[in-house]
Amino acid sequence: MNGDAPHIEYIGVRKRYDRSNWVVSDLDLSVERGEFLTLLGPSGSGKTTCLMMLAGFEAPSAGEIRIKGAPVDGLPPDKRGIGVVFQNYALFPHMTVGGNLAFPLEVRGMAATERRERVERALALVRMEGFGDRRPGQLSGGQQQRIAIARALVFEPDLVLMDEPLGALDRRLREELQYEIRRIQRQLGVTVVYVTHDQQEAMAMSDRVAVFRAGRIEQVAAPEVLYEEPQRAFVASFIGENNLLPGRILSINKGVCAVEVDGRQIEAAHIGGLPVGAEALVAIRPERVRITREAGQLANEHEAQVEDISFLGDHLRVRLSLCGTSNFIAKIPNIIGHGGILPGDTVQVGWAALDCRALDVESN
Amino acid sequence: MQLRGPRATAVALTLPLLAFIGLSFVAPLGTLLSKSAYEPNVANILPRTLAALDGWDGDGLPPEAAFASLAEELPKARQERTLVRVAGPVNRLKSGMRRVLTRTARQVEKAEYAGSWRETLIGINPAWQEPDTWLAIQAAGARFTLRHYLQALDLERRPDGGIGLRSEESRIYMPLLWRTLLVSLGVTLLCLAIGYPIAHLIATSPPKRSNLLLLMVLVPFWTSLLVRTTAWIVLLQRQGVINSLLVALGITPDSERLEMIYNMTGTFTAMTHVLLPFMVLPLYSVMRSIPPTHMAAAASLGANPVQGFMRVYLPQTLPGIGAGGLLVFILAIGYYITPALVGGRSGQLISNMIAYHVQTSLNWGLAAALSSILLVAVIGLYLIYSRLIGIDRMRLG
Ligand SMILES: Nc1ncnc2c1ncn2[C@@H]1O[C@H](COP(=O)(O)OP(=O)(O)OP(=O)(O)O)[C@@H](O)[C@H]1O
Ligand SMILES: [Mg+2]
Repeated sequence: MNGDAPHIEYIGVRKRYDRSNWVVSDLDLSVERGEFLTLLGPSGSGKTTCLMMLAGFEAPSAGEIRIKGAPVDGLPPDKRGIGVVFQNYALFPHMTVGGNLAFPLEVRGMAATERRERVERALALVRMEGFGDRRPGQLSGGQQQRIAIARALVFEPDLVLMDEPLGALDRRLREELQYEIRRIQRQLGVTVVYVTHDQQEAMAMSDRVAVFRAGRIEQVAAPEVLYEEPQRAFVASFIGENNLLPGRILSINKGVCAVEVDGRQIEAAHIGGLPVGAEALVAIRPERVRITREAGQLANEHEAQVEDISFLGDHLRVRLSLCGTSNFIAKIPNIIGHGGILPGDTVQVGWAALDCRALDVESN
Repeated sequence: MQLRGPRATAVALTLPLLAFIGLSFVAPLGTLLSKSAYEPNVANILPRTLAALDGWDGDGLPPEAAFASLAEELPKARQERTLVRVAGPVNRLKSGMRRVLTRTARQVEKAEYAGSWRETLIGINPAWQEPDTWLAIQAAGARFTLRHYLQALDLERRPDGGIGLRSEESRIYMPLLWRTLLVSLGVTLLCLAIGYPIAHLIATSPPKRSNLLLLMVLVPFWTSLLVRTTAWIVLLQRQGVINSLLVALGITPDSERLEMIYNMTGTFTAMTHVLLPFMVLPLYSVMRSIPPTHMAAAASLGANPVQGFMRVYLPQTLPGIGAGGLLVFILAIGYYITPALVGGRSGQLISNMIAYHVQTSLNWGLAAALSSILLVAVIGLYLIYSRLIGIDRMRLG
């Protein structure tokens, strides 16, 4: 074991279940101790597979996984000492809540008195004191999930894996438990690898997020970096909302490039070393778009037609015709004097050059 | 309580069901139970003879009135063709009485009256001067009798009136009942040992394979019982497939072919095969409802595969084990065709004895008593089971 090694390392890991398609390919990823890392991606992108390889339920087809610097190849799941929270809770219905929590301690041969103490502490940790004698079937979904989390923590693992633990819960409960999980993780200092396909959940909870797409990692970064500085078009569209306009790079000057989009010229941050003449996607966040009536007040100013306006309480969502698309979105905060814009109006839209990024056009 | 409108309609709608249950369940069972203890034939056919025997205690010969009534009632029964209903039960209590009764009935009309009916009957057949003969008639004349139960339990009434066990060599039914219970238990355990892994395999295979396996369990289930049993005969008999193969391969010499059928081995093999689906199906249905993540969860919590199985999987399959076990055991206890075909002499069970008394010896009272004892055994088991596990937790599929 190596004291300086990251808690988890995936090194060139690949996985396939059948002959034909790689479910995970060329995965390189490391997770620091005490970090909360989320694997985020659309359904079928290989998130669960990554987690199951780490837990020991699946073996990589190629590559190596290390925990604290030591390869875990061939180590069975029960010898890895990793807490796992499953999506459907997987609580044992024939045992009480207390029995479920005591189970990992019993198989470790812990004495009854210490067991009881630990179970009580785990129940307190998830704020479920006094539920020890109930059966899992007598608990609500949210309560069952708390117990499942407590059970994954009760034997004090330093690594906990969670596969969409909140997927089956309604929105309110989900937010409440997101906060709880984060609190517990900070309190205990455990490393958590968390899987979700809900990007808001990923943003709210994680230290870093790894965005998955078809078995590959597109980008790993802290949530605000992913949001502000997506390196790839998939990340730009998957995290939050983005207007993506296809164009061609005309010139490059000190990190800013000029892109020709539908006959107009847009200035954007230059990402990923695209050469002059290359195809590019220009990404602009809807909330960074300004709208005025008079011309000559904004950078990157263009004329646009208002197609549609929806009132969403805290903001207005304006759909515009611009640069060959009629689906250009702008979000305007709901503050007094937003201009009384109406559908059909002709307005000026603009944005700062650094709020706008020229990204590589990806195949598919 | 008033029944009107929809309520009355609802009650009326249940009537066919009640009638069905009454006809198919209550009536046969009631008849069975009554047959085992209620035998009115002799009392109906020889009422006056029995009345005359009423005060007689077996000391010396009965009063003349008994002889006179019998001399009148026997020929009458012969004419009405009801004599067999008397002869059978009396004969069971004292062998040879069938002949005595039919001959006497035939001869008493033509016989010369010898001054008293006592002399006349004794003249016809000396058996009438033995008190035993009259005691047999007296005993057979009781409308309510426990003698079938006594016989079924291998008990007998002692001359002093007490009840005691029959002598060792004439005990038949209790050893047979024990054998039946033991064989049923053995078959149940065998079915469990074979059926549990099969059910587990079916429940955890991918859908395509699991459907195929399920079909393989069900096809024999749909095939005629006789066909399956005969197939075992083909396989297991002395000149059968397995023996011939063993001899051909030189594993066993021709003179020492294995006796695998027409004995207890045959009964065990064939019954286990026939009853296996009744174990597999409830187990399968329970196992399918256990999410595969349970075993993964157990492993992630540090349980090795054996611990995971014992603590997490097995307890959740208990209702299936209970249901399958009870089903197989109850069916095995009453099994009849298979032991009859492949059991030989040593592989017969209590049901074969019941069938014998129904079909051959025509002692329906005894058959009914044996059946009732079997019924009580099954109900007793069911009650113990429901007390231990709770019948509501049992899953039949
Ligand atoms: N046991 C398996 N056998 C064969 N293929 C599998 C198996 N498990 C997963 N796959 C395939 O691997 C791919 C990735 O699956 P995985 O479960 O890792 O995706 P995921 O990102 O967790 O998706 P979701 O968000 O829907 O849970 C899918 O195409 C899936 O069909
Ligand atoms: Mg998944």
